[in-house]
Amino acid sequence: MGILEVKGVGKRFGGLQALGDVNLSVQENSVHAIIGPNGAGKSTLLNVLVGKLIPDTGSVMFEGQSVLGRSPHEINQMGISRVFQTPEIFGDLTVMENIMIPCFAKRDGSYRLHAFETVLHEKELVAQAEQILIDVNMIDKREMHAASMSRGDKRRLEMAMCLVQEPKLLLLDEPTAGMARADTNNTIDLLKEINEKRDITMCIIEHDMHVVFSLAERITVLAQGTPLVEDIPEKIKGHPKVQEAYLGQAHG
Amino acid sequence: MLGLNKKDMNLLLLVAGLVIFAPFILNPFPEGSELAQFNAGYPDLMQRFVIFGIFAIGFNILFGLTGYLSFGHAAFLGVGSYAGVWMMKLLTMNVVPAIMISVVVAGLFSLLIGYISLRRSGIYFSILTLAFAQMSFALAYSVLTPLTGGETGLQLSLNDPRVLGISATETGSIPVTHFFGLEMRDSFELALGSWLFTFNAGYYLCAAVMLIAFYLSIRIFRSPFGMMLRAVKSNQQRMKYTGLNPKPYTLAAFVISGMYAGLAGGLMVSMDPLAGAERMFWTASGEVVLMAILGGAGTLIGPVLGAGLIKYMENILSKINSTILHEWFAFMPDGIEDVMVTLVYPFIGKGWHLTLGIMFMLVVIFLPGGLVEGGQRIARLFRRRGAKTDDSGAEQSQNTPAE
Repeated sequence: MGILEVKGVGKRFGGLQALGDVNLSVQENSVHAIIGPNGAGKSTLLNVLVGKLIPDTGSVMFEGQSVLGRSPHEINQMGISRVFQTPEIFGDLTVMENIMIPCFAKRDGSYRLHAFETVLHEKELVAQAEQILIDVNMIDKREMHAASMSRGDKRRLEMAMCLVQEPKLLLLDEPTAGMARADTNNTIDLLKEINEKRDITMCIIEHDMHVVFSLAERITVLAQGTPLVEDIPEKIKGHPKVQEAYLGQAHG
Repeated sequence: MLGLNKKDMNLLLLVAGLVIFAPFILNPFPEGSELAQFNAGYPDLMQRFVIFGIFAIGFNILFGLTGYLSFGHAAFLGVGSYAGVWMMKLLTMNVVPAIMISVVVAGLFSLLIGYISLRRSGIYFSILTLAFAQMSFALAYSVLTPLTGGETGLQLSLNDPRVLGISATETGSIPVTHFFGLEMRDSFELALGSWLFTFNAGYYLCAAVMLIAFYLSIRIFRSPFGMMLRAVKSNQQRMKYTGLNPKPYTLAAFVISGMYAGLAGGLMVSMDPLAGAERMFWTASGEVVLMAILGGAGTLIGPVLGAGLIKYMENILSKINSTILHEWFAFMPDGIEDVMVTLVYPFIGKGWHLTLGIMFMLVVIFLPGGLVEGGQRIARLFRRRGAKTDDSGAEQSQNTPAE
């Protein structure tokens, strides 16, 4: 049994079968990559996992509990965090506040009327937030406006916001999209470290094969809404079906 | 102290100083002088300053923090007023129960309207609140006449039961509002030379309530709850995927600001026990939006400044007429005097709205952060000039949000 079990999930948008019969099993503490050509249904699948879309058929179980029909904030409270393709952060707030918000969400749940506490008096949470900022090398930017940072910093901040919640499963939607090679390598190192030190299971959607093959322990290849193969990276590299999906048939 | 940091404490003390010494500050010109018409230190106007200050502080908790622009907040002020007058009709002329019931009723009413309106955001939310407020106005004006007094408004009468008080005084008139015996209209006049200062009991009650309201708003701004409200404004998507439900946060902000509006309504009828439907008209809702934006939405002190400025203009600028203008420009040659008076005339008297409109445009275009931003820019200018030799330091404080 994996930490995340997707069984027979299908989703149709009008005449388009975005997801066919998707089965997926993500093992605890592993890094699982989902790859596939454009329009393969990767993002649709991710949106199903986080509660943004409800599939027409099938089931999604996280730690033995169904996530279907729950809203995004409930699914997050179960222990699933998500990093977006373009960083989603609180642009009007400072870096420190960006980190404090998930700290409070983790401690107090999805809603609490804490109008007579003071943010900076919560010493324990402040220490926790400072620690994560040290870990991702951003402590010198703590009072900066989040919107005024570079794209790479925004992504690191978003990652830190997810990490401070200590999720059980971290979903990453193209975490290195639009990054320079050096930044990409930094991100790979950061993700490796996260996976090893913090025991966080990761599920990555990625186009960049360099990232996929340096990180993933298992890879699922999606094409036209259905999984073609699922295997370890070494076997995926030379798999004829994968080549076919990406490059088209050899003898057309 | 009081759970505030030094900067916030100083701000609170500054506001406290301003409202306590308002009778002096607002009466800078000696009686009988030509400039005495700019004096705003009379009880009626001072009460309005602080009451609308409360209204704007509350509105700012919703609009300034969450970014949800309500165009119907006057409805809560109106409902609070009616509830307050009813309390005086039925129970007692003591203002405390009246103010309390105003807050409670306005809170319940805003819970209902907020619950429905917050199903939408952006312009649709604004339109929904506007529609509800106009419905409330129409109901109060016509259908609900037995409850609201309709066109004439709800007023006290000699036949009111007033269970804990008296229906009429010995002289056969309607009793006056009081705070445990201290009559709200009680005033103490202090003559210093040719200056006359009035200290009114009602004003000081309103001022005390306003200081409490301001203190609570500082606490909310600095609390995790306040931070969540700013998160609602910044990025609801990220909020949801961080495990937070934006809905109850926004609704709580809506109800809190509705209760502030109710409090303002309750105080209004405590000073003058009469509630009319026009208090709920959409222009009244628009006015508080102007106050918040003019002063600086999302800042602590901004809405109070905005409320003060608008009420000052409404009451002082509108009193100036062409005779006074002729006096001002009397030193000029006759022809030019008439030209000047003709030029300035549209901006004063009934034309004060024109001045307000121009001011509003200038603020929105050049100072999007309102008067507070203007103040900050001036302060920065001075600081930079003063500290040219030892640079740094000043830069750090620029990013501090929500002062």
